[in-house]
Parts: sequence; C-alpha cells; structure tokens
Amino acid sequence: MDAHAAAHGHEDHAHPTPGLYGKIAAVLFVLTALEVLAFEVGRRPDWPMHALIEPLVVPILLILSAAKFALVAMFYMHLKQDSKLFSNLFVWPLIIAAAIILALIVLHAYWIKASF
Amino acid sequence: MAHAATAHADSGHVDEHHWTSTGLNSRKIAIWGFIGSECLFFASLISTYLVYKGKSLVGPLPHTESQCMLDGKMQTCEAIFEIPLVTFGTAVLLFSSFFVVLALYGAQKGDRKMLLTWLSATVLCGLFFVGMQVYEFYHFYHKGLGYSTNLFGSTFYTLTGFHGSHVTLGVIWLSTMLYLAVRGKLTPDKSLNLEMAALYWHFVDVVWIVIFPVVYLMR
Repeated sequence: MDAHAAAHGHEDHAHPTPGLYGKIAAVLFVLTALEVLAFEVGRRPDWPMHALIEPLVVPILLILSAAKFALVAMFYMHLKQDSKLFSNLFVWPLIIAAAIILALIVLHAYWIKASF
Repeated sequence: MAHAATAHADSGHVDEHHWTSTGLNSRKIAIWGFIGSECLFFASLISTYLVYKGKSLVGPLPHTESQCMLDGKMQTCEAIFEIPLVTFGTAVLLFSSFFVVLALYGAQKGDRKMLLTWLSATVLCGLFFVGMQVYEFYHFYHKGLGYSTNLFGSTFYTLTGFHGSHVTLGVIWLSTMLYLAVRGKLTPDKSLNLEMAALYWHFVDVVWIVIFPVVYLMR
C-alpha cells in the first residue's frame, strides 16, 4: 500500500496466489466437464442413469453454472478480497438481471399463453 | 478531499490513482459500474432467447432434426449444434481467465517474463474463441440458419453475436496491454490498467459461463 492510498484510508487487500488460481482453474474445468456429461447422459437413453439424470439436467446445469460464475467472480475478479462496494455494484444489477429473466419467462409461459 | 487535492497541487504531483472519498479508486468503481450495467444488457438478450426457445416454426433447430428450406426447397435438416467444438471453446475461454490473472500477478510483482507469457497466452485464447465463433456462424449459415430464418436463428445470432463482439473488444483491449508490456510501459504502479482489462475479460467469461449451458446444453 503506498502512502497516498494510506492517506485516503484505502486498504490494498492481498490477492490470491498463482497456486490458488490454478486450483480454481482445475475446479472450473471439472465443473464444465460435469455439465457436458450431464447433457450427454440426458440425451442418450442407452447410457447408464439416463432415467435418473434426464429430468434433472436443467437444475444440474443451473447449479454447476452458478458455481462456476461464483468462483470466477470471487477469486479471479477478486470480489472476495476487494471492497464490498465493488461486490454491491456487481451483485445488485445481477439480482435485477435474474429477476428480469425470471419475470419474462413466467410472463410468456403462463400469462401470454393463457391469453390465446 | 479538498484538503487532499490541495496537498497534491502543492507538491506538483499528478495523481494517477484517482482515489475517492470512499478510499477506492474511481476508475475501478467505474469499471464495476459498467460491468453491472452490462449484466442487465445480457439479461435482456438471454431472457429473449429463453422466451422464444422452442417456438420456431421451421428448422434448422439446435438439438433435433427438422424440416427447413435449403437450396430453395424444403428438406430434412440435421440438428445444428456441434457440442464438442463449443465445449473446447468454453474450456479455452475459462483457461484464458486463469492466464490473465497470472499475467496480472506478474504485472503487480514486476515479473516481466510472467506478464508477457501469460498475457500473450490470454490474447491467443481470445483469438481462438473469436475464430471458433466465426467458424460456427459460417458453418450454421451454410446449413441453412440465417439471421431471419426462424426465431432460434434471430435470438441465437443476436445473443452469441453480442457476446462475440465483447470478446473481440476484450482481445483488442488486452492486445494494447500486451503492446505496452512489450515496450516496458506496464510497470507495477501501472498494473491497474491491466487489472481493469482483466476485470472486463472475466466478465466476458462469466457471461459465457451462463450462455454455454443455457443455449447449448439445455434442450
């Protein structure tokens, strides 16, 4: 932290090490592989566990995607170490974005279909 | 703030860090504000894709065979997506996020070799991803999927095309950082410039983390 930053009360939080970045990359790779595996099991009736996985493909993909999103945001974008203000600038629009997506899907799936 | 600004003027020091009354850097606040607004932009595109998913009247379709107009006559078209290629592109984009944090680490520690190596790798990964998307669009077009062929084509090209344009912009931004690094102008005290480009790059990555399962894997 330089003297200038100190004078303004700025805290320069330590960022993760390359070793941790590597572990996160490995986890992201595994999660992506699991996404593709879930997709393949879901679309191939002759594969084992197809009947179990097929109805769960969408929730599985959403959970894995959310986990990857959170890992990149927390560790690679440094939201875990940086100021909470940055997290707020990112997370609140994200909540609004998720609400917009959900509202439009519900609107079109139920309300507009019912009007025809 | 006024006191601090006076102190700077008295010392003749040009403040490149732009500290604010929050103690945070104004440029970093700005990039986070921009990224927040981009979340809403992509939310509108993703929700449009989802709302029109499965409502196309003619093919080609993403996951199933369909009847489509090809070479002036209706014929059976195969499913259009090639999951292995896109999965590989997704992995490349994920690894590019890993590479850019290593480059940033090198920039902050003054490790020039680390900075140049990983920043070059990031730019190459970005170029590969853009190339993959250009190939994919070209391939889809020749399989009969134009922008106005059906609802799937319109929403798919709009969503992935806007993401691709963001990736292209990120590659250009990172290439300018690489140019500065090669010329020795990306010193540790200027590493915030790379950090901002890296934040934008990670955002492009997290958007793809959502697009990949939603568009390519959900049937």
